Amino acid sequence: MNPSVDRIKTRFPTAFVRAEVIWGETTVYLRTESVLDVVKYLHDDESERYDYLSDVTAVEYRDLELPLQVVWHLRSLPYRRFLRLKAEIAKGDPLKVPSVMPVYSGADWLERECFDMFGIQFDGHPDLRRILMWEQYAEGYPLRKDFPLRGRFSRSEQLRQALAAQPESRYSMTELTIADAFEDLPLEMRQRLAGGEKTGE
Amino acid sequence: MEKGGAPVGLTARPDHQLVTVSPQSQEGWVATRLDFLVNWGRANSLWPMPFGTACCAIEFMATAASKYDLARFGMERMSFSPRQADVLICAGRVPFKLAPVIRRIWQQMLQPKWCISMGACASTGGMFDNYAVVQGIDTIIPVDVYVPGCPPRPEGLIYGIMMLQEKVKRERMSDERLRDEMEPDPTSKLYIPPHAIDELSEPFGNSVHQTRSGL
Repeated sequence: MNPSVDRIKTRFPTAFVRAEVIWGETTVYLRTESVLDVVKYLHDDESERYDYLSDVTAVEYRDLELPLQVVWHLRSLPYRRFLRLKAEIAKGDPLKVPSVMPVYSGADWLERECFDMFGIQFDGHPDLRRILMWEQYAEGYPLRKDFPLRGRFSRSEQLRQALAAQPESRYSMTELTIADAFEDLPLEMRQRLAGGEKTGE
Repeated sequence: MEKGGAPVGLTARPDHQLVTVSPQSQEGWVATRLDFLVNWGRANSLWPMPFGTACCAIEFMATAASKYDLARFGMERMSFSPRQADVLICAGRVPFKLAPVIRRIWQQMLQPKWCISMGACASTGGMFDNYAVVQGIDTIIPVDVYVPGCPPRPEGLIYGIMMLQEKVKRERMSDERLRDEMEPDPTSKLYIPPHAIDELSEPFGNSVHQTRSGL
């Protein structure tokens, strides 16, 4: 078992639910609300140094009490360790978990994908929008078990809505403001960005 | 040249006859239909706009490469700008998110223009009978030639191209509606009525058992 488990258990007794080892990989189950604290500790502490977040995703099981799990895959490059964190969301609870964006900025698109496919709200994510489906997509969250394979609308309605989508408008200005090229933009455009303008082109 | 040896080099063939003409006799006439001439030129210099989204694009690249050599059909000039292209070759599956993109590419192409739908996914949605994939690009843009296969081999694509060349050669200028741009319905932005799209994208095979009813 990954040695980090015992340290999580002693440091965060309330957050820790259980741990298991499957095929040599350790999974730690945490309470939903304390995920960010644990991740922060795992990232910052000298004896942990999980400096790479390789994935954020979710799984839906046909479980009546705890259908949804949100999964974080952490990797420590200095110690060559892998740790999987999971938070179970009980049926009926709001699909809300803390965002780990304050710790790993690479979580941005991973969390957006997870939101797009499962509808999980990442609390604290600055720009939580759909990423794979277009922004106006209205049929729901495709990877959920109650989502029909062909979608909810008829093919003609799906096509009509897809053609009505504006391909350019999905680039957020927030993405442009953090881009390297920001300094090269014309002054007027930079001012519009600073004013919080959302649509492009 | 040695007696009995293979004829090599620049030696003239024995039956070689030099044709001598006077410049005055070069003035001649060729009479043909203008649209025959135009179509002949068009059919043999189609410039494709490759719209490759999946493995079909790999086969398309193989078609353009030296072994199959698309240049033999006058198509060696890939036009990555729709404004200088004649044929849109849609190779691969088109998700709904790409639907407005391919529609705009088609609208940006100048007349005369044609479209080849390459492979099962572009033609029908193929195995991707799901929420994300367009069930045939003919629901978005008009298609001239469908090339079946998953993916089609280069021979298949070349056969489709030759079919398109045949089609181009049979076009008549007297057909006034030949170059009419198809205008989509202003409200729904669809070329064909919704019930026809639903009918075109009816599930078939094993997938009919997967209903829309949820679980």
